[in-house]
Amino acid sequence: MYVYDELDRTIVAERVAEFRDQVGRRISGELTEEEFKPLRLMNGVYLQLHAYMLRIAIPYGTLASRQLRMLAHVGRRYDRNYGHFTTRQNIQFNWIKLEDLPDAAADLASVGLHGIQTSGNCVRNITTDQWSGVAPDEIEDARIWAEVLRQHTTLHPEFSFLPRKFKIAVTAAPHDRAAVKVHDIGLRLHRNGAGETGFEVLVGGGLGRTPFIAKSIRPFLPKRDVLSYVEAVLRVYNQFARRDNLYKSRIKILVHDLGAEAFAREVEAEWQHIKDGPLALDPAVVAEIAARFRYPDYARLNDNPPEVVQLRKADRRFDVWHGNAVAKHKVPGYAIVTLSLKPEGGPPGDATSDQMDAIADLADRYSFGEIRVGHEQNLVLPHVAQRDLGELWRALDAIGVATPNIGLVSDIISCPGLDYCSLANARSIPIAQELTRRFRDLGLARELGRLHINISGCINACGHHHVGHIGILGVEKNGEEFYQITLGGRADERAELGTLLGPAVPYGKVADIVEEVVAAYLELRERPNETFLETVKRLGVEPFKERVYATH
Amino acid sequence: MTSPLQQKLKITGPVVVTANRLRDGAVVYRTVEGQWSPRLDQAAVVSTAPAATELLAAAVVDDVSAVGAYVAPVRIGADGRPEPGNLRETIRHAGPTIASAITTEI
Repeated sequence: MYVYDELDRTIVAERVAEFRDQVGRRISGELTEEEFKPLRLMNGVYLQLHAYMLRIAIPYGTLASRQLRMLAHVGRRYDRNYGHFTTRQNIQFNWIKLEDLPDAAADLASVGLHGIQTSGNCVRNITTDQWSGVAPDEIEDARIWAEVLRQHTTLHPEFSFLPRKFKIAVTAAPHDRAAVKVHDIGLRLHRNGAGETGFEVLVGGGLGRTPFIAKSIRPFLPKRDVLSYVEAVLRVYNQFARRDNLYKSRIKILVHDLGAEAFAREVEAEWQHIKDGPLALDPAVVAEIAARFRYPDYARLNDNPPEVVQLRKADRRFDVWHGNAVAKHKVPGYAIVTLSLKPEGGPPGDATSDQMDAIADLADRYSFGEIRVGHEQNLVLPHVAQRDLGELWRALDAIGVATPNIGLVSDIISCPGLDYCSLANARSIPIAQELTRRFRDLGLARELGRLHINISGCINACGHHHVGHIGILGVEKNGEEFYQITLGGRADERAELGTLLGPAVPYGKVADIVEEVVAAYLELRERPNETFLETVKRLGVEPFKERVYATH
Repeated sequence: MTSPLQQKLKITGPVVVTANRLRDGAVVYRTVEGQWSPRLDQAAVVSTAPAATELLAAAVVDDVSAVGAYVAPVRIGADGRPEPGNLRETIRHAGPTIASAITTEI
């Protein structure tokens, strides 16, 4: 866990007081909506289709149990007993009243949570690998660097009115679990030939209307320079990006228009002015930030305790869950456990207040009070002693978060879509719900192997449809919901955008088409362990298209 | 921000003026009496661009009760009452279509 200091607590407390005043002035009519809207957005408050929505940042996806309990409380007291975990390690409450928001913000602030910079044209919540600090393959804990950047970009006056929103993601493992290549800046910590650690800097990635995979503009940046270099990127973006056209104002458009090399030259030139100034990181400052990440006092334990080995043999359901949701931890005798927020028929990423409370209790009992939130809209208990896995599984199963579908076909990423969102053209969640019913057979799901379905209800792509192995995008045609389907996208270290399968299909046909695509994969794959992505890569989308459009 | 009044209205059938209530964001409709109501069947229904513009102009003036007023299509049901004219308005009126979502009456 990271322990916030007095400065953070003061910033959040001051913001709550300021926001309370602003809400009061709006309700009294002293502020017009035009005046108030940018103020509420700075605090993560949107007006959606049928209510206000509050978005709360979960920096680098790390939550303490008391913070999760507070989220449960906010859901219960001010909302409708549930929250929605998003694709950017945030949580959203969909039914909150404006008049209740100052009290909700004060409650959240009491545990260091807030909605600051979860909206608006600023640097948004900085995201990372949800397994940071515990993943066996990581070089170091990516959250330290996310925290360095969080501190620098919070309320940074120069970057409070950027041309458009700005998203940064950090990974420090060879396997990218943070989707850094589809962010405005992706930082990939790695080791160079000399054995030193530093960052590859990727810029201009993003989804939305004009999707791009990020371009690498610096293969290796020493860690001391990460703040100054990010500052230089932001300055070049701030200076040159378009402000006249909302659709062309993201950094991806600038990088594309200038070309990555020209953009990199601009950044390098800007960087020369500041690289040796106050932004050069003092190792003592980094060490101080790193020291505020408290790691558990792990016991000395062995891997594969006999009681777990035995239970896996004795109980098929436990064995299946273990094979799916339990991952190797960097400390012997411990495990990383992913909790599925994708039950059959459930809205992806939703958790009830009761579930949140129960998970917080289980985190206290089994995971040193810590929970993680992943961009795939699932939760993680990052420090579970393997000997406790049997007990934990029974408890997770009892509250409905032990569906063994992590990374499988029913582990669907979905935006809220037209059921909530004022930007959406089509519904996402009911499509996801229907697909989880169609693929309820977990035996088939395991047979299919890793297969990510991502759904967005509009071109803004909050559901990351471009990088779904199967991507589904809702569009509107003559007042009806239609869906474009893409195949072959991926968000990891080999990120790629999916290829359009064919003409958009109506709402009622989407699940049938996805079933056809999956059936085609089973027929077309060369061997049982050829993944869906490998088959699409080998054959392209044509054989899938022929089959799907011949049948429908 | 472009004022809704600056947008040219193209009216092809019956419409109402709708917005979100300031205090809680609930969906509301402009009534004949110049008030806001959560009930669509109390909405003032008009069918011409000048009438819709007039209704919207009055609604926009009231910036404290409701926000984001705009003109939305309706259908007139067999009982003569207005019903939402498209899916978006149906969802705004009736709430999410998600079977298992936890929703209560506003």
